[in-house]
Amino acid sequence: MLFTELLKMAWRSLAANKLRTFLTMLGVIIGVTSVIALVSVGMGVKKNVVDSISRLGSNMLIIMPGSSNRGGMRGAAGSVITLTFDDAEAIKNKIKNVAYVSPTVQSSYQVVYGHENWNTTVTGVIPEYVSIQSLEIKSGLFFSEHDVDVRNRVAVIGSTVAANLFGEINPVGKKIRIGNAPYTIIGVLSSKGQSSGGMDQDDVVLIPLTTAQERLIGITYVRSINVQVSDADKMDEVQSNIEKLLRQRHRIREGAEDDFNVRNLTSLMETVTSTTTMITLLLGAIAGISLIVGGVGIMNITLASVTERTREIGIRKAIGATYSNIMLQFLIESTMISVIGGIVGIVIGIGAAQAISKFGGFTTVISGLSIAASFGFALFVGIFFGMLPARKAARLDPIEALRYE
Amino acid sequence: MNVVTITGVKKLYKMGSETVAALNGVDLRIDAGEFVALMGPSGSGKSTLMNILGCLDRPTVGSYKLLGKEVSGLSDDDLARIRNKTIGFVFQNFNLLPKLTSLENVALPAVYAGLSSKERLTLATEALKKVSLEDRAGHLPGELSGGQRQRVAIARAIAMKPAILMADEPTGNLDTKSTGEIMEIFRDLHKTGSTIILVTHEPDIAQAADRQILVKDGKITKDIITAHSDEVIDIV
Repeated sequence: MLFTELLKMAWRSLAANKLRTFLTMLGVIIGVTSVIALVSVGMGVKKNVVDSISRLGSNMLIIMPGSSNRGGMRGAAGSVITLTFDDAEAIKNKIKNVAYVSPTVQSSYQVVYGHENWNTTVTGVIPEYVSIQSLEIKSGLFFSEHDVDVRNRVAVIGSTVAANLFGEINPVGKKIRIGNAPYTIIGVLSSKGQSSGGMDQDDVVLIPLTTAQERLIGITYVRSINVQVSDADKMDEVQSNIEKLLRQRHRIREGAEDDFNVRNLTSLMETVTSTTTMITLLLGAIAGISLIVGGVGIMNITLASVTERTREIGIRKAIGATYSNIMLQFLIESTMISVIGGIVGIVIGIGAAQAISKFGGFTTVISGLSIAASFGFALFVGIFFGMLPARKAARLDPIEALRYE
Repeated sequence: MNVVTITGVKKLYKMGSETVAALNGVDLRIDAGEFVALMGPSGSGKSTLMNILGCLDRPTVGSYKLLGKEVSGLSDDDLARIRNKTIGFVFQNFNLLPKLTSLENVALPAVYAGLSSKERLTLATEALKKVSLEDRAGHLPGELSGGQRQRVAIARAIAMKPAILMADEPTGNLDTKSTGEIMEIFRDLHKTGSTIILVTHEPDIAQAADRQILVKDGKITKDIITAHSDEVIDIV
């Protein structure tokens, strides 16, 4: 009952000085707004990176040939031709908890259809590639195990290639030329958009691995082997088993360097996630500083208000207000400023985050946690910085306060 | 019954290395229903005595029994609760809260007593009626004359039906006409049984009381019953 009266008193006193209250509140509003907006940008960056990594497939191990290490000169990674289709088969057959194994070869070619031509990457893959890369077929179908076995000249193309070579025509069933040999298009992929590196993931031509190796490029090795592990917890185990198996198959002696690399996308993801989380926290912390400044503003105004209202405090004490009555009255005022400022800040912050993504081109993710944390911090700031002035008011000697002019 | 019993009260202040006694051994009893004028020149200790009587201050030495209960050793908050329920203050400069209406000002002590809004309204309206200002309930102090403001202040002081009504120079800021009205109200309140302590340095105003107490140099030097007889009790 008394508390609701104190709430009313605080409200009336804030309403009596609207401009002053608003200006004090502005510090909190700016603080909460910037925390929410900046954290949403940071979270957006994180989401972008995580999305583009997970678009590569989850629980993924990528095996690449190692660099050459002969005669003291080290070549670029992948410069040695050590991985073969048989390695991929061995991994698939001998290692547990492996869902899919997808070896690939890749090379750039001029692709021709009628009068149109287009330079793109031709990738030799096996049917598992579809599952491992989470590809979707828009029209037609993907080639089969049989196509790989008999080295058929069939191709599945990405939407960018389709658009550049065929325009409005349906490419399925048409023949294109790659390296002077005709390939029948049997399917078109759904669009995947850009990768995090800005690469167009739809600018691809997929043909059977064996066809690419033997009939197009003329090689026996593979460029990389992607392995999808069936269980996230088994990543490390599978990775070390693959390393053991490949060392054995490649006859690498104890102590000698691997001639291949196994990259774990999950651990890459963890690194990226922790880095972006750090950046987000840093952004939030910097914005949080403005909240503290806002809190100092609250303290400043409340202190001035205590001095201004010394006589009022004296009167209230004389007619029976206790220490906690006066304390609460001023604490409620500062808390009200921070709570209302916090709510306004949340609304503006969400609006700002949406405006940034709409007009600034950034991905923003508004997180409930950042809203809750910034509001909680604003509340804390209001109480914390209101405490000193409120104590000052509550400790006033009523005789002195009544005499104050 | 004794409302106020003060024995051997001293109030000492440290001024540098010296100790100054604002009150230097005061004994005083005030019965229920008395109308007492507390007089004395400035610096006499009259204000200090009033602050102690009003539970705004504590004696350094001595005992103060209010309604038979020792209050000299109570905490600030306990004293605040006593002021709230047992003591009503009327000040020279009214001390109303300028942003509250008359009714809200009068109801303020009831707010701190934790009473419901219904009870507060009843008490405040009743008190405003006693000072004949119920028609000004919705006015702000700024919209009232000095005399009316002081009547609102009196209403606030009596709203909680306190055991003592303390008035510190209540007519100091008022013209003669308003002074008359205010003193009339005090006399009426006295007639209906209120215990009133009036602090003043004006002999005319003190005449309204039944008993005059003179404070000088921190001591009570005269205690005169004026209402029933001309008996003078010389304490010194």
